[in-house]
Amino acid sequence: MSRAPGNLALGLRHRQRLIEIGSIALGAVLLIWTLLPVYNLLLIALDPEEGEIEFTGNLWTSEPTLDGFIDVITQKARYLEDFWNQFGNSVFIGLLTMVLTVLVGSLASFAVSRLRLARGSLLTNAALLTYAIPAAFLIVPYYRIMHEYGLYDNLWAVVLAQVTFATPFAILILQLYGRLIPLELDDSARVDGASPLQVYMRIYLPLMVPALAVVAIYALLLAWNDYLYQAVLLSPRNMTVSMVQGQLFLDVDAEWNAMMAAAILYVLPPLAVLFVLRRYVAASLAMVSSGP
Amino acid sequence: MSMQPLAAMGPPVALKEPRRPSRHGRLRAAEVRWGLAFIAPYVAVFLAFVVHPYAYVLWMAADPSLYADLIDDRLFLPTLVNTLLFVGLGVNLKMFLALLLSGFFLRPRRWIRILLAIYVLPWALAAAQTCLSFHWMLIGEQGLVDGLLLQLFGIEGPIWFNGRWLGLGSDIAACLWKWMPFWTLIFLAARLTIPRDIYDSAKVDGATGVRQFVHVTFPLLANLYLICTLLSVLWTLGDFTTVYLVSNGGPAGLTNVLATLGYHYAFNFGRPALGVAAVMSALPVLIPLIIVLMRRFQTSAVQL
Repeated sequence: MSRAPGNLALGLRHRQRLIEIGSIALGAVLLIWTLLPVYNLLLIALDPEEGEIEFTGNLWTSEPTLDGFIDVITQKARYLEDFWNQFGNSVFIGLLTMVLTVLVGSLASFAVSRLRLARGSLLTNAALLTYAIPAAFLIVPYYRIMHEYGLYDNLWAVVLAQVTFATPFAILILQLYGRLIPLELDDSARVDGASPLQVYMRIYLPLMVPALAVVAIYALLLAWNDYLYQAVLLSPRNMTVSMVQGQLFLDVDAEWNAMMAAAILYVLPPLAVLFVLRRYVAASLAMVSSGP
Repeated sequence: MSMQPLAAMGPPVALKEPRRPSRHGRLRAAEVRWGLAFIAPYVAVFLAFVVHPYAYVLWMAADPSLYADLIDDRLFLPTLVNTLLFVGLGVNLKMFLALLLSGFFLRPRRWIRILLAIYVLPWALAAAQTCLSFHWMLIGEQGLVDGLLLQLFGIEGPIWFNGRWLGLGSDIAACLWKWMPFWTLIFLAARLTIPRDIYDSAKVDGATGVRQFVHVTFPLLANLYLICTLLSVLWTLGDFTTVYLVSNGGPAGLTNVLATLGYHYAFNFGRPALGVAAVMSALPVLIPLIIVLMRRFQTSAVQL
């Protein structure tokens, strides 16, 4: 009688150890899978030779050097003579997309969900319709209408395009999250004589901070990830970092160590923003996923 | 919607004096004016940058002769097949693996939490730059992957971008690498909201491991899984950067998807209308997708 439970416990422990080994193996695979392309970026960026994209067989470059980074920062690398200007253009597009998406999205979802605007759901559905045709499919008409609006080769053209594609998602997230905030709060403020603008500024925005953080990150990443709209709507006079790298990648003779160093510098700012806002992102993700 | 209760609350006197607004009425009117002012910025964006391009796209794609030209083009049919594979394989692999991995990341270990922080990194890394890294990593015997294969296992790796299927496979891998972490996070967050006692009672009934996943976890996440899959289909269809920068549509244009082929027609061959027609050939798939998506969002809103 006592042997059966003993065997069971043994089997259970055996199984648990198998699960533990399996999960460590899976973890190792995931780690390599995730870090391989990042490691490749570093490997090329730290290589002393300019055009070097070859993997010479050593797991680490024999003489790693920061020359690539220094060439980028001092704007000595070919194609990157104007790096800080290009970087500034990327930051301009990213930051404005972020701010405008948060502003336009929060105003619209405040009106629909808090001011109880009749037929407000119509606006939400219309906004979702934006995603019926994927953004990349709309590049030709965008090229034409930006010419019509006189915005071609203007950084604002890219900003407005990105705000258009980010705002529907923003409205959706803000509405889902907004349900957590009782309407009675607004009502009591209104009875005290606050105008809708004051309610928006003093009650809605402060309570929505976690969702606004997610919307901001989303918009920033959307603009930061974009290559197509920048490449088509801007000319070489208004280069961004992504444009340089995308347009010249077929040139094997480019200074690839500097190019990849520039890529690493470009990749860092959203990581910093994400790190600062990580708590809010976790909170809103949990809330939104519990919805549907 | 909320107009009716307000109207019902108004005193019957209001019927005799319709011109004198009640206090509620005045508040309501002011509220509507504020509401309109608040939505005005978005309405302006929507009209200028959604309605206008949509009208443009439909008008440009309306010429039937364009579709005859498309069928005649040797690149179009392979591109349709590629798009089907890129989206079909890419999205299903991405979502299914993300769902399974979200279970793995649920394990309460410190090292798994650290691994999660590393694993979500690709989501926050810029697309063009990481796609370039994929391109150089797979460039053939000079690339990191083939180099490692040779060093570690003595295998001569393939020249990834010389063949259609390997090229397309590289694109799918890059797309998985970039977007799987995002969906894993969504599913992980959803799993965290499933109450513990549901699992406890399932365990009492003998459901553990795979059966627990099939009979408890999956049914609870099914609606979210469907919404995420549909969204992912729309986003993957519009993924220009991955295919353009990883395989560059090559060799000989055989790894193009609709998004990159439309771009080539419009900006390299100087035929913008043909480019629009190419991408709009996906419209019969897009319309039902967005209708289902809207319905699902509404039902989930009611459930909330």
